[in-house]
Formats: sequence, C-alpha cells, structure tokens
Amino acid sequence: MNEMSSLIQIKGLRDGLLVSLDDAPWDAQRAALIAQVDAQPSFFQGARLALDVASQVLHVNELVDLRDQLSERGISLWAVISESPTTENTAQLLGLATRISKPRPEETRQFSVENLGEETALFLNRTLRSGTRIEFAGHVVVLGDVNPGAEIVADGNVMVWGRLRGAVHAGAKGNRKAMVCALDLSPMQLRIADEVSSALKPGGNPKPERALINGDGKLQTEFWLAG
Amino acid sequence: MPAKVITITSGKGGVGKTTAVANLAVALALDGSKVVCIDGDIGLRNLDVILGLENRIVYDIVDVIEGRCRLKQAMIRDKKLPGLYLIPAAQTRDKNAVSPSDMNRLIKELRADHDFVLIDSPAGIERGFRNAIAAADRVLVVTNPEVSAVRDADRVIGILEAEEKGPAALILNRLNPSLVRNGDMLSPEDVLDLLAIELIGIVPEDENVIISSNRGAPVAFDQKSRAGQAFRNIAKRLKGETVPFMSLDHQNGLWGRIQRLAGRK
Repeated sequence: MNEMSSLIQIKGLRDGLLVSLDDAPWDAQRAALIAQVDAQPSFFQGARLALDVASQVLHVNELVDLRDQLSERGISLWAVISESPTTENTAQLLGLATRISKPRPEETRQFSVENLGEETALFLNRTLRSGTRIEFAGHVVVLGDVNPGAEIVADGNVMVWGRLRGAVHAGAKGNRKAMVCALDLSPMQLRIADEVSSALKPGGNPKPERALINGDGKLQTEFWLAG
Repeated sequence: MPAKVITITSGKGGVGKTTAVANLAVALALDGSKVVCIDGDIGLRNLDVILGLENRIVYDIVDVIEGRCRLKQAMIRDKKLPGLYLIPAAQTRDKNAVSPSDMNRLIKELRADHDFVLIDSPAGIERGFRNAIAAADRVLVVTNPEVSAVRDADRVIGILEAEEKGPAALILNRLNPSLVRNGDMLSPEDVLDLLAIELIGIVPEDENVIISSNRGAPVAFDQKSRAGQAFRNIAKRLKGETVPFMSLDHQNGLWGRIQRLAGRK
C-alpha cells in the first residue's frame, strides 16, 4: 500500500476524482492504480476519473487497456491530462478530455466567481512575470509589477500598484467605461474594450497615470492628480 | 557534508549557461572542492567540449539511468583537477530518455561524496529544463544584458517561483561596460530592476572566454582574464564567502591605457 501511494495520488474534484501519476514506468503505475481500486471497490464504484499522467508518452493501446480495466470496475475515465503532445493526441483520439479546470502552475489562470457582483475584484499580491496570463471576469488589482511578457485580461478595470510593462486588456467583454491605472503606466500594449494602443510612452520619470476612452471614443491617458 | 546541488539555467539559448557551468566547476575545484558537473542537455551535449573531455567519453548519463553502467564509470575525471568530474549527456538520445525522478535518484547517489553538483540545463522550459531543476537546492539564472534574454529569464524565474525552488540568483553574463556607459546596453541596474532577484555575479564580455572554450580549458584557469576572475568570485560566493563586486570601469593593461589616452573610452 505504501509503495503504491508513492506512485499515485488521488484527489477529490468537484466532479469526480483526479489521479496523478508520476514518471515511473507505466506498467507499474497502471498496476498500482488498479490495485488501489481493487483495495477499495466501494470508494471507486461509479466514479468519474481524470488521470494526470505527467509527461508519460502513451499510445492508443495503453490507454484503451486502462480504460477497459477501469470500466470493468465501474469507473469511467473521462480525461487524461499530460505534458506530452503524443499522449494528448491519443486521449483526443479516444474522445477523452485533455483539460480539467485545475490550473497548471504558472500557466494561464482563469478565475471564475459564482454570482459575480459588478464590483468583484481579483487581488494579486505579487509581481506577474513574463509568461503569466491572468483572466478575470471582474476587476484586477495587482500589488507588484506586471513585467513585459505578462498579460492581464479583465472584464472590469485594471489597477497596478507598481510598474505596468506587460500587456493589459480592460473591459475585455466590451465595457468602454473600463480604465487602467498604474503607478508607472508603460505597457507593451494597452486595450480597453476594442480600442488598442501599443507602447504608450518610453520610460522616464514615472508618475501615477490612468488610461480610459475619452468622449471622442479614443484611448487617452492622463496623470493622476490628487483631489 | 552532503553536496550542494546547483542548477544553471536561462530560458534563452546561447547566453552562456554551459560556459558558466564549466567555469564555476573549474573555479570551485581550483579552490579545493570536490565537484561533479552534469550535462543536462541530452542530444546537444557541449559541456564535455568546453571542459576538453570529449575524447574520454565512454558512458553517458543515459547509460547510467538505463543501467548499462555504474555511476562511477560514467564520471570522467578532469585532466588537471583531480577533484572535478563530468557526467556527460548522451548525444544520440533525446530529453525524454531521462525523467525528473531519474535525476533525483542519480543526484542522491552523488550527494554523499562531493561538495558541489552543478547541473547544466538545456535552453527552454520543457522536459530537459524540468529534469535539470528537479533535484536542485539552488538555481542560478544566467542572462545577457539583452531584452530577449532578460524576458526569458523573467519567465524562468516565474516558473521557479511557482515550483517553489527557492529564490534564484542571477549571473549577468557578457556585460560590455563601455556600451553600458554609452547607454547602448541594458545596465545591471535595468536588469535587476526588472528581475528583482539576488545578483551573484557580473561577468564582463571577454574574448578569452571563446578562445579558452575552444581550447577546452575554461577561462577560470586564466589568472589574468577578467571574466575568469568574475567566475572565480562567483564560486567563492557560492561557498558563502563575501567577495566585493569587481569594478567594471577598471581598464586593464596597456591597450586600455592607450584607448583612454586616445579618448576612445
């Protein structure tokens, strides 16, 4: 049992179970998983199972075998998540999902909120580095920098307490009243609703600034004045 | 004391990861440490060439992992430094021949008998990179003062943070002080401002690096080279010593003086 649990990890998801395997040989992992299932049949009976196979390269026959073995035990395999494109292909061939809502670390994050009030905001207390993409159906507040190569897409406003040097899209669903403000507003690209502006200004002496769509329907920036 | 495992990575290719590994390994070994360096760039191995050990390769890391030889058989001892070993990469396989757990196992075995294990990561953020950072206690990120290299370094640092590999330290390689002075190159301040991590060393641009790499004798052996000095300083910092940063404006030798007299610098 101990040896098995070092190979596989099982987690409950909202809509089923997520089993994570590592890179150990496939046959051992499969055997371990089946053994685990056989040890607690009542726990697994009728379960929907998603399988995270890390970077294992799996072909059709291997996945079919596993799916059959699982279905004999009353478990339906519905998703296979993998870092390997070959395995993803295989899973798609078999009509299995290759994504579940579990966010991968540091990759694209899509946050969702039940009963979204108009003023819901996502607060991020860190610097967003290159390669990070934040999507949110509300406002986004960042306490830190947004580095070049990072992206924020928000349905509402975006406020950055730091340097905004990545790409930002406020009012992504078409809200032309949305705005973007930052202590240093030097984005690679700035979009509000469907208006686009690239590289607003070179650095220099940064001042708090905000961007919005003015009365003429153009993107405009203005320094933040107290009072 | 068990070995410290240090991975050198960068995201972008060609910024000097392999050169940094070779030089840090030499500098640490010159200082009396027992060092083993691992070439993680399976399929595109280089570290053996830079260390001048290419012609001694019999077994490689994939042979060890797949059980065709014992670990000791794949460890090549350096020609000059008895405390320096290399585990070469396989040239005829690809990165999927090794998994992060293989690396963990291998390095566990090395920890007992050495002071430092240096791992040369391949470029990119895929499997080879994941292998290289799997067992790292500490990660050094190499970058050049160029926008694209810094962008990739930022991405890599983000991944390291997400994987909770601890704070990475930065080696800024191939800095040209006169270009920085003229405002034609990102300055160390610009780079650190963006990356916001600890700086462990600045290596000035030095043509001796290429010359010595081609000869298979890393520049850290060269007591006169400024790049060599920079790598030796980084090695000392890895050992926990406090070494002041070299002055970048300092001009060495006759040529520097002539250039200054002629008003070129």
